[in-house]
Amino acid sequence: MAIEVLMPALSPTMTEGTLARWLKKEGDTISSGDVLAEIETDKATMEVEAVDEGILGKVLVAEGAQGVAVNTPIAILVAEGEDVPDAVAPAQSDVAKNISHSETTAETSSAKDVRPSPLVTGVSSEPEKEWGETSEITVREALNQAMAAELRRDPDVFLIGEEVAQYQGAYKISQGLLAEFGENRVIDMPITEHGFTGMAVGAALTGLKPIVEFMTMNFSMQAIDHIINSAAKTLYMSGGQMGCPIVFRGPNGAAARVGAQHSQCYGSWYAHVPGLKVIAPWSAADAKGLLRAAIRDPNPVIFLENEILYGRKFECPTDEDFILPIGKAKIERSGTDVTIVSFSIMVGTALQAAEQLAEQGIQAEVINLRTLRPLDTATIVESVKKTSRLVTVEEGWPYAGIGAEVAMQVIEHAFDWLDAPPVRIAGEDVPMPFAANLEKLALPQPQHIVDAVKALV
Amino acid sequence: MEAGTNNAQTTGSNGPSLTREQFLQAYQDMVLIRRFEEKAGQLYGMGLIGGFCHLYIGQEAVVVGIQMALKDGDKIITSYRDHGQMLAAGMTARGVMAELTGRATGYSHGKGGSMHMFSREKNFYGGHGIVGAQVALGIGLAFANKYRGTDEVSIAYFGDGAANQGQVYESFNLAALHKLPCIFVIENNLYGMGTSIERASASHELWRNGEPWGVPGRRVDGMDIAAVHEAAEEAVAHCRAGKGPYLLEMMTYRYRGHSMSDPAKYRKREEVDAVRKTRDPIEHVKQILLDSGVDEASLRSIENDVKAVVNDSAEFAQTSPEPDPAELYTDVLLEA
Ligand SMILES: Cc1ncc(C[n+]2csc(CCOP(=O)(O)OP(=O)(O)O)c2C)c(N)n1
Ligand SMILES: [Mg+2]
Repeated sequence: MAIEVLMPALSPTMTEGTLARWLKKEGDTISSGDVLAEIETDKATMEVEAVDEGILGKVLVAEGAQGVAVNTPIAILVAEGEDVPDAVAPAQSDVAKNISHSETTAETSSAKDVRPSPLVTGVSSEPEKEWGETSEITVREALNQAMAAELRRDPDVFLIGEEVAQYQGAYKISQGLLAEFGENRVIDMPITEHGFTGMAVGAALTGLKPIVEFMTMNFSMQAIDHIINSAAKTLYMSGGQMGCPIVFRGPNGAAARVGAQHSQCYGSWYAHVPGLKVIAPWSAADAKGLLRAAIRDPNPVIFLENEILYGRKFECPTDEDFILPIGKAKIERSGTDVTIVSFSIMVGTALQAAEQLAEQGIQAEVINLRTLRPLDTATIVESVKKTSRLVTVEEGWPYAGIGAEVAMQVIEHAFDWLDAPPVRIAGEDVPMPFAANLEKLALPQPQHIVDAVKALV
Repeated sequence: MEAGTNNAQTTGSNGPSLTREQFLQAYQDMVLIRRFEEKAGQLYGMGLIGGFCHLYIGQEAVVVGIQMALKDGDKIITSYRDHGQMLAAGMTARGVMAELTGRATGYSHGKGGSMHMFSREKNFYGGHGIVGAQVALGIGLAFANKYRGTDEVSIAYFGDGAANQGQVYESFNLAALHKLPCIFVIENNLYGMGTSIERASASHELWRNGEPWGVPGRRVDGMDIAAVHEAAEEAVAHCRAGKGPYLLEMMTYRYRGHSMSDPAKYRKREEVDAVRKTRDPIEHVKQILLDSGVDEASLRSIENDVKAVVNDSAEFAQTSPEPDPAELYTDVLLEA
């Protein structure tokens, strides 16, 4: 039953090391768990523990030996009364064979053949469902109605956040919900974003469906570790066992005159992350239909609202079952000369620019992305194939922004249709200033879009 | 400070609170963890396990003692030092070892690894690599118990190092405020990587860290299975009765390096040897069993059974296939 003790590796990259010292000598009785020797590399020290028991029959590599290759037999354990076998083959042990085997598998297994195109949804040709009658409501009312409807529909849904219950919401989005659903389902939180976000994610892992309201998305940075590391990745890391049905929502982007720490767009931050869905509605219908879909979705969804839009009125379907699909953009205005892609409040800016362009005889097609991840690449690509020109508009910073991603998708999928390089219009690459004039200069205006389009056409 | 320091607040066992059968079971569970971890260390040394691998050797009495106080439906969450918790929770040695080696048959189909394993079936919620994150997630598990109106409790394990994270205190507050049935278990093994608790925390009585929020706490000799079990029973009863969270500071010790590659310069070999020789949690149970008349042969037969399970798990892991390349793209999102 002679058992070889092999030179261990301290890390997957270690190929050889020094056998610093033996702590047992030949003839010693060994129980599993006993430390036999110490090995060293330039970075670390490690103890070699016995996994089997027996008698240390022979030390094969002397103390102080340097450059001992990983998996070299360094000693032999024998049973009581057993002789040490004479020919100790330093050849490949079974384990070593096994390792090289698994290395070859890794080399030959190419993932290329199975790679999906997760960013292309390809559903854009389906016409949007007709919902009939509409009435005018504010974005605030739309969000409120969406939460109320889903809280009514599913007892596993609950709302937590700062000032969501008794105060009726810092921006009054949760008005009336405490009265209807009670304090077990509409729950005020102390100012403790990291803690309550982690708590909500933990609850979601058990199957509950929390809506987490951040007073503004700026404060979600306190909790970004739980959003990305705990919510977005657990399904994958658990091999599909632990889904996380949760919505993180709140006002995003520039408010008015609140300075740098309270004005930024998290669209590109969160859209970067696999395992998340990211929605940025523009109209009341977007807000209502997509928030309902977000709450029903079994995945973590980031829902980026806009404070300036809360009070704006839009026509919204009155149908009780009204809901919109995640991942589908909307063409807000058709045109033939240029495609303007935008989301959230900038859809309004793009539409104003399109108005002005129309007066000058240029027909712009305006796409409201509605979902930033998964991106509706098909709708964008189809439009660019028609117009041959692309302008992207967002409030966030230009560097690695949503515009950069949209342009790249167009380059990948419609390069031959482009008659001009894509142009991106974004917030200036500076923290948001406070002074009214500077703030205006920092954000995209309709004129910027008009000028960009005229230079392209 | 040393493992299981005899200090006014440290509770050791006052006579056996466990039956002989329970001690035997505890012995088997602890030996399983020890042998499993030794085997994992060996496979790591052979290059079959890669990346980070944090062994639980020395701390076995903590999870085994706590597990004995739990019932079906109680939820568990811990850090990256999670192999012992998983085995104690009843997850199979095969599934855990296969995950450690990145095989398709592992608990996460090879997509989680040593630090990220889960079992919905056994109510084991991971395996978390971000120090302290499991504490906030853990109160969420307790929140769910309360929301659903069950009397189930949740255990959130974390280290003495993790006890310095801000979210731990946010969690104490939230759990106390909402009376969440969460047992915070600090496994105080005296070090967070190479930093001793003296050099990391101005509070050396971690069991008192919940005091501002009225979270009751106890320091327990975490090398003594009966003491752990007795304290866990008390904490569990408190939580099940709807009285809110409870904090247990388990004085324990890890024999091995922080993870597999450890400079081992921050503590003396004599310190490790002394704990191994005088306070080993498995030897402690063994002695109790021998004193109570159990013979050596019965213990040896338990050890042999355990060894067979561990060897089988290593064999299973090594002969299991790696995940199919198509698995790369699955489990990112659930179908809506
Ligand atoms: C947020 C974070 N910071 C740092 C690390 C790196 N790290 C991993 S374990 C560890 C020490 C933690 O010690 P302790 O909480 O005492 O647990 P133990 O390892 O002793 O079980 C550190 C610093 C990490 N994983 N996460
Ligand atoms: Mg520690």
